Amino acid sequence: MNPSVSVLVKHRVRLFASWSDALGPEAEVELPEGARVSDLLDALTNRAKTKSVKPLPRPLVAVNQRYARADVVLAADDELAIIPPVAGG
Amino acid sequence: MRAAIVDHPLDPTALLAEVADMGSGASTLFVGTVRRNNQGRSVTGIDYSAYEAMALREMETILREAAEKFGTEHVVVEHRLGTLALGEASIVIAVSHERRAAAMDAQRFLIEEIKLRVPIWKREHYVDGERAWVDNLGGAVSA
Repeated sequence: MNPSVSVLVKHRVRLFASWSDALGPEAEVELPEGARVSDLLDALTNRAKTKSVKPLPRPLVAVNQRYARADVVLAADDELAIIPPVAGG
Repeated sequence: MRAAIVDHPLDPTALLAEVADMGSGASTLFVGTVRRNNQGRSVTGIDYSAYEAMALREMETILREAAEKFGTEHVVVEHRLGTLALGEASIVIAVSHERRAAAMDAQRFLIEEIKLRVPIWKREHYVDGERAWVDNLGGAVSA
């Protein structure tokens, strides 16, 4: 095995509000094994930059329906979601 | 304690009845409604959407926090999704407690935490036909 070749893991991500408008309600993102929440956010931010006319608000990321810190490592079967600034009530 | 996300008009008096308790000396009812103006723009309606599973889970967490912090299990919240017209209720919270101060404090805690943490979004419709996502700081975050 060549250690310089990293394994890519496919993640499905749900998006909401302005992020859903820009990238659709669900996105697929391939990231190296061991990638973190911050890597997912970077990948989707770059994708949005190529598609969105207006800049999108900075979102939080939910992992398995809980807000996750930037350094949390992603697993292939995690339920991932992009949470733009909320506005309930 | 009960939290729900619904797609039909809310009935505030039903929630008030639900928290009624002989041991309570005070009941409070909060009704959040769609208002005519936001940040100087004339609003005609609001679309509410949610990450429903997480929104429900987060509301239930907030209810448990309120129960523990203020000492009452008599707490109910319902949030409505879909397109709402001016004056319609988007959220109803009912609390009853032995003492009025704790009932009002719990009420305030619940609405503020819900606004801060629950993954629900609103898109305002304006008189000029434009629509924009807004956040709970009051500003448009993206058209």
